Amino acid sequence: MTKGLTKINLVALTFGFAFLYIPILILVFFSFNESRLVNVWGGFSLKWYGELFRNDDLLGAAWVSLILAAATSTLSVVLGTVAGFVMARFTSFRGRTLFSGMIYAPLVMPEVITGLSLLLLFVSIDWGRGLGTMIIAHTSFCMSYVAVVVQSRLVSFDRSIEEAAQDLGATPFKTFFVITLPVIAPALVSGWLLSFTLSLDNVVITSFTSGPGWDTLPVKIFSAVKLGVKPEINALSTIMILIVAVGVVVASLIQKRAMVERQRAERLAAAANE
Amino acid sequence: MNTATAARVPFEPWKDPQAKPYIRIVNVTKTFGDFVAVDNLSIDIYQREFFSLLGPSGCGKTTLLRMLAGFERPTSGRIELDGVDMSTVPPYERPVNMMFQSYALFPHMTVEENIAFGLRQDRVPKDERNARVEEMLGLVQLSKFAKRKPHQLSGGQRQRVALARSLVKKPKMLLLDEPLGALDKKLREQTQFELMNIQEQVGITFVIVTHDQEEAMTVSSRIAVMNHGRIAQVATPTEIYEFPNSRYVAEFIGDVNVFEGRLSEAAADHVRIAPVGGGGEIYVDRGTSAAQGATVWAAIRPEKIDVALTPPTDPSVNCIEGTVWDIGYLGNLTIYHVRLADGRKMTAAVANRTRLREQPITWDDTVYLTWAPDSAVVLVS
Ligand SMILES: Nc1ncnc2c1ncn2[C@@H]1O[C@H](COP(=O)(O)OP(=O)(O)O)[C@@H](O)[C@H]1O
Ligand SMILES: [Mg+2]
Repeated sequence: MTKGLTKINLVALTFGFAFLYIPILILVFFSFNESRLVNVWGGFSLKWYGELFRNDDLLGAAWVSLILAAATSTLSVVLGTVAGFVMARFTSFRGRTLFSGMIYAPLVMPEVITGLSLLLLFVSIDWGRGLGTMIIAHTSFCMSYVAVVVQSRLVSFDRSIEEAAQDLGATPFKTFFVITLPVIAPALVSGWLLSFTLSLDNVVITSFTSGPGWDTLPVKIFSAVKLGVKPEINALSTIMILIVAVGVVVASLIQKRAMVERQRAERLAAAANE
Repeated sequence: MNTATAARVPFEPWKDPQAKPYIRIVNVTKTFGDFVAVDNLSIDIYQREFFSLLGPSGCGKTTLLRMLAGFERPTSGRIELDGVDMSTVPPYERPVNMMFQSYALFPHMTVEENIAFGLRQDRVPKDERNARVEEMLGLVQLSKFAKRKPHQLSGGQRQRVALARSLVKKPKMLLLDEPLGALDKKLREQTQFELMNIQEQVGITFVIVTHDQEEAMTVSSRIAVMNHGRIAQVATPTEIYEFPNSRYVAEFIGDVNVFEGRLSEAAADHVRIAPVGGGGEIYVDRGTSAAQGATVWAAIRPEKIDVALTPPTDPSVNCIEGTVWDIGYLGNLTIYHVRLADGRKMTAAVANRTRLREQPITWDDTVYLTWAPDSAVVLVS
């Protein structure tokens, strides 16, 4: 099935990719710009990268973002797994519809409203805003994503392996930790990564719930570009793109290798059987 | 196979009034909402039996097995194992193991780890654990595959891992839910014999669920034929085949010709049946519980019927005349479908002992179907 590209397909493909990637390429291109003006090429230079690493303000914000994202995604995986488990396994209890509605609501709720309501909550209980409040705020929407991922994984989960574990003497509690969790681990990992990226680039909810001195990177960038785009920001964005790209490529390589190995093993098993 | 088979004393504890049942299922009912999956069912199973639950899909076999394993609670009734009431014992505390229909191997563990899992739960010391796992791997001939993950095994190998895993704890009873259902026919037949040998070696009581009557006939000490959550008959394979107690059992196990008729003579040692469709009376040299004049059914297995082109010389033998309607040549057997005068059809299976008959029977020939007085069974339901 080596059907070549028709002209129309080719044009559509080109436009599609151009639309997606030209802005990013321009950003990367100008991060190596000698000139201070972002839209005038002044020759190749790495000086903005140098500037960036001397900018304690931005580096501090990057650090806050990473800590926040790591804490949020870890907490979200724990809570989201519990919620997803309840949704997948307890299909008929009083208030289930309400419960599942409440799990899904943060996915569709406008961020402004989530942020504002959390702000009101923290103010009314007089909780000083800082890293803690940001983690709570981010977890409140990230755990919904994890819950959805875990629930859909559990729906296709073969329950007989849990029964087999119990049959062999493991209590239901132990079965969950030695059988269920390891088997759904990939879903937890992808839930964690999803939460991490969602937390890492959130601006709206963060601005409502962060306290002084706890600005995250996206918030910093967002307020910085209001005063005009600095080439340093381009350099920073380029680094982030690089990190994400490397992560994606490595993840897909690992997956592909696992698949190839598995196929090889299955071929071996089939051959051994003949 | 082995020479011990011939010298073996018959294993028939159910005939011994002194023998104590090992597993007692007493008036067990299981309902799901309004639906009765298992209906007031009682069975006694003896130690070292290879007991089959046989019945069509949906008749409640798996539900009964899951109650034995502890995954379902009986709605009423009780289950005793070795004199202990199991009703409230959770699955992880029952001295019972189950081999699942889907095998249910742990995908993230190697073959070895899968088999060791049960022993780990009991905190069996490492040395003993390793020794027992190795012994099991040897028993199912998978020593070479100890380090593989389940997805690196073929269907037959997975099945043996599942068997080893459920045997390693030496349970008092092993439950097997359609253990060979996922294997192809040839492998299945071979595995049936392996399963019987293994059961004999380990000496554990096996309770197996199957919907395959040939499988049940091959492996079982006794078979319980189930119908809509009830027991239709519990007996040895031979008894089930030769002396079914109802039309349901007769028709479920193998092929059978059934004639409805009226009991025209009911003596203690023989009966005569006048078929509803007319024709000669059928003579059976066994008594029955039904009274004279009652409606009964005569069941005759196709292989007990002889087909001839000439009428029998002895007029007292059971004989029906008909015309050959269809012939199926199966190699070892030839199946004749014969149409009788009143339009009913009968099936006869004749072994092909010689290459070619001197005078072959072909389509539309008039033939005489004969069978011995002890070949038919009288059924009252
Ligand atoms: N958990 C359950 N809830 C409702 N109905 C069930 C459940 N388990 C089994 N059944 C019903 O009980 C009947 C018997 O099922 P099962 O024991 O699996 O039959 P078999 O193994 O003989 O094919 C089926 O009609 C099935 O739909
Ligand atoms: Mg079943």
